[in-house]
Amino acid sequence: MTVATKSKPSRQPSGAGMRFVGGVANYLDERTSISTAVKTLGRKIFPDHWSFMLGEIALYSFVIILLSGTFLTLFFEPSMTEVHYDGSYAPLKGIQMSAAYSSTLNISFDIRGGLLMRQVHHWAALLFVASIGLHMLRVFFTGAFRKPREINWVVGFLLFIMAMAEGFTGYSLPDDLLSGNGLRIIDGMIKGIPGIGLWISYLLFGGEFPGNDVVPRLYMLHIMLLPAIVIALIAVHLVLLIVNKHTQFAGPGRTEKNVVGSPILPVFAAKAGGFFFLVFGVTMLIASLVTINPIWAYGPYDPSPVSAGTQPDWYIGFADGMLRLIPSGWEIVIFGGTLSLNLIVPIVVLMVFLLVVAAYPFFEAWVTGDKREHHIAERPRNAPTRTAIGAAGVTFYGVLWAAASSDLIATHFRTTIEGVIVTLQVLLIVGPFIAFWLTKKVALALQRKDRELVLHGYESSRIVRLPGGEYREIHTPLDEFEQWKLVSFDEYQPEVLRPNARGKITVGARLRTGLSSFYFEDRIAPVTKPELESASQH
Amino acid sequence: MAKSDKSVAVRGGSAVERADRVENPGFEPEHKRIHDVNPEKAAGAERGISILFLLSAILSVTAFALNFLFPIVPGDLWSVRLNTLLVGVAIAAGLLTLGVGTVHWAKALMHGHELVEERHETRGDEPTRKRAIEIFQEANKESGWTRRRLLRNSLITALVAFPIPAIALFRDLAPAADPVKALKHTAWKAGTRLARDPSGTPIKASEVTIGSAFHVIPEDLHNYEETFLNEKAKSAVLLMRLPVEELNISEERKDWSYDGIVAYSKICTHVGCPVALYEQQTHHLLCPCHQSQFDVSNECAVIFGPAARPLPQLPITVDAEGYLVAQSDFLEPVGPSFWERTQ
Amino acid sequence: MATSPRRGRRHPLASIALLLVGLFASGGAYALFTGAATAADNVPSAAQVENGKALFAANCASCHGLNAEGTKAGPSLVGVGALAVEFQVGTGRMPMAGSGPQAEKKPVQFAQDEIDAMAAWVASLAPGPGMPDAEYLSGGDASNGAELFRINCAMCHNVAGAGGALTEGKFAPNLHNIDPVHIYAAMVTGPQNMPVFSDMNITPEEKRDIIAYLKFMDENGSVGGLDLGALGPVSEGLFVWIFALGGLVAITIWLTAKSN
Repeated sequence: MTVATKSKPSRQPSGAGMRFVGGVANYLDERTSISTAVKTLGRKIFPDHWSFMLGEIALYSFVIILLSGTFLTLFFEPSMTEVHYDGSYAPLKGIQMSAAYSSTLNISFDIRGGLLMRQVHHWAALLFVASIGLHMLRVFFTGAFRKPREINWVVGFLLFIMAMAEGFTGYSLPDDLLSGNGLRIIDGMIKGIPGIGLWISYLLFGGEFPGNDVVPRLYMLHIMLLPAIVIALIAVHLVLLIVNKHTQFAGPGRTEKNVVGSPILPVFAAKAGGFFFLVFGVTMLIASLVTINPIWAYGPYDPSPVSAGTQPDWYIGFADGMLRLIPSGWEIVIFGGTLSLNLIVPIVVLMVFLLVVAAYPFFEAWVTGDKREHHIAERPRNAPTRTAIGAAGVTFYGVLWAAASSDLIATHFRTTIEGVIVTLQVLLIVGPFIAFWLTKKVALALQRKDRELVLHGYESSRIVRLPGGEYREIHTPLDEFEQWKLVSFDEYQPEVLRPNARGKITVGARLRTGLSSFYFEDRIAPVTKPELESASQH
Repeated sequence: MAKSDKSVAVRGGSAVERADRVENPGFEPEHKRIHDVNPEKAAGAERGISILFLLSAILSVTAFALNFLFPIVPGDLWSVRLNTLLVGVAIAAGLLTLGVGTVHWAKALMHGHELVEERHETRGDEPTRKRAIEIFQEANKESGWTRRRLLRNSLITALVAFPIPAIALFRDLAPAADPVKALKHTAWKAGTRLARDPSGTPIKASEVTIGSAFHVIPEDLHNYEETFLNEKAKSAVLLMRLPVEELNISEERKDWSYDGIVAYSKICTHVGCPVALYEQQTHHLLCPCHQSQFDVSNECAVIFGPAARPLPQLPITVDAEGYLVAQSDFLEPVGPSFWERTQ
Repeated sequence: MATSPRRGRRHPLASIALLLVGLFASGGAYALFTGAATAADNVPSAAQVENGKALFAANCASCHGLNAEGTKAGPSLVGVGALAVEFQVGTGRMPMAGSGPQAEKKPVQFAQDEIDAMAAWVASLAPGPGMPDAEYLSGGDASNGAELFRINCAMCHNVAGAGGALTEGKFAPNLHNIDPVHIYAAMVTGPQNMPVFSDMNITPEEKRDIIAYLKFMDENGSVGGLDLGALGPVSEGLFVWIFALGGLVAITIWLTAKSN
């Protein structure tokens, strides 16, 4: 383990090639001071763990989206002008449709590589949002959002929202039957917002639904405004990553004061660069083998038809599921206006859910009162309450997501739509509690198992007979490096309610103490040195 | 002692600081890779990786060539499939070999030791922070930001006011007409014939056999040129014929149907999907988007799902020639609820 | 194993050749068979009707009554026509297996001449829809058919004909590779909860167009690759999580594992 490289002097690079590179570098440095950047960034250390690559999947799929999307803009016509289709796809010949839909058909059937690029673009988009989701879960469950990374969590959260917005606007552009019905659902939801909903809908669609304006407007958002925001947020996200340096898992030699891993140049750059091509390759492979959004099957948007199994792309599924789970009749007339609770309640619930996700780091920091910086990523079991809260959130989201495919669940498992929906309604309420309770139990049990391992070692399955006639299994002790991974974690205890400086017990303090005991009442302390020593005695 | 204890408590909050923690054992001994100790293996890996890179180049050129060997022939879907498949797989294989080669190079042959970098607290060090504060103070002094209050507050006022014109600029996103009025009317008028979607041919009552479901538009819908889809989005109707004895009709609607033929708005009262899944035996209508269910035999009352109101009924009758016609427009706004619908 | 001689193995092309022979043979048989069926349909003989009555009494009467007048267990079949019998029995839906939300497609229980006989007898009870002319079962304008399909059929059967859910456990079946006669019959007779699309709603020519579109989809398959059941965004989302992200996570594990 060394700070500087100690590689043996090998063949010294020389010759014309090297002189040329040197010349270029000098030219650039004299004009851009690039050597400073190389000096600060070139040997930055990036820790190695598979879960630290998830954000990279998101970054690379975004690059793939930009590349394929640029290709698509060369041929896509963002217009709702009515045309008669005259392309290659026989079952739509002569049908009246928007120029947007017609040009999407042309991309699919008449442009070299067009269908491939459409499929690459759409698969990469689904992958983009999915990898952001998984990345967020990793950050959440390892506590990597803690100080000093709370702001970067919020930036990442905004990226997640922007990715969904990018996805939804893109899904709507082809102006096919599926996307048109998707927009109609959005329109219906917007109209449900009391007072302003109707006007927002009217301004968005340029009049009544569907109008002639929404596709070009969404196109502008999709290819200009939203990508600009996404790129800016990615830049902030990466700058903060460099400033904060990456977290690392506990391990021998790893502390809160260092970061251990591969330097950017050359190892990490090579791995990351190679990984870009792997992500690109996998996306390309899927795009060439598996169809996605066959818009020609849906036909042009027409407000009268609809397809069975009309669903949004997966990342909007949770919102669609929330709409499906509201029981009948949630609408009231109040002050002469119609209050669509069946739309307002889902909107509010989803907003609150997202706000909770965004605000969680600040909430936990307030409960623990911990102002220290944290650079060691926690194992989920070592923060049982947080892990259980996360599991409850995942369950809540998962139930909503499942609800968005209630009809397909019913047909595939040979049951009734009504049964599926009622079950999910119950699960939406009960599921998170069960998940919380179960996860906490499991996390605590795993912590206990870790303690056991540290104190008594592995069961070697070798049984010996002691002089006294007693049989006993020999335990192989862990070496100190393995032990360290299991004992080095942060320990918290419930806060005691104390009056503040002015001798008062505030409501906030009461709440915080309550939450503190909710978090830390059940806890397993890490094995201490004396415990370890006394355990190794026998 | 007590003082330092307190400062720890402030920093770490409810964290427990133990003096008897197990100590970090320091770094593990270095792990040697087979390629570090065996030059022959390293040379083998080098060869393998270069082969991957060359293969990648060949595959990329192949993908280029496949475009010409398997071109897209207009009208031939199979050619599209073949082109997409072969070109795509060749590109993917080129990318994957390139990626695998690069990663393998990094893993097997590049310097394999872990390096350590010191971390510093994210906050700037004390002199930096002090200097930053100084700069702000100097700037404040030199500009008079806190001293010249009138100046500062009027600037804030100007800054708050400057985006206001934009609000008016965006007003023309939608036409001037009142949306409430537009939403309360559809293309149906007294005497408009019910016509088949999409052909627009009118429907005679005698053509609607029991168990039938017709997807209906107003006969004159095609006269709306620019706003055709807008009108269709409100005026789409589902026409069904049930055995008369199975229809439960309230007193005020007893003239709205004709011999068991009923017409209901197809636009869901939940969020506006077309509710068109008609089950002719149960007389249930199902919305495929969010599974709201309506009972046609009971004036389309909601029987399941998130919808709150029955589908609006279109009053119909028969004209002199036997064609089905609307008696009037819908008597309530169709589609999803909005605040102003009851006003 | 790897070094064992390949003697006795068939040449890989042999299986393809066999497959082709099989396809041609079955295709030919099918052509003969359907030709015969239409011919028989047009002229039901008295003997055929008698035979049908006997078959009906033995296999159907327990639910539909001896004179097809209907019982508590099954509806009256007076006036449903020969086409309804062809659809229900010819797709194996009848006789119905046990009770369930709806009669489902299963292996056909009768030979075609037996089905024709029962159809002839049911048709003799009261006038009802008969077998369509062969001209309405092939050819047609897929483009017009596609538009009609989207408006009249897609909400239950899905735009790609993949089927969909109805209320209380019922479902609209998948429409892939269905005999044109049965597609036609379903529209005319409105089996079970399917609405009736009489010739006055959708003309025989339009029905032919719809069949042409469904056949177009059968013949052309999925242009973009595997269609994941043509179920739309749900299967795409599951695919991306399980295979795309799953595969990439496996790659990250390889990528960050220490080289040996």
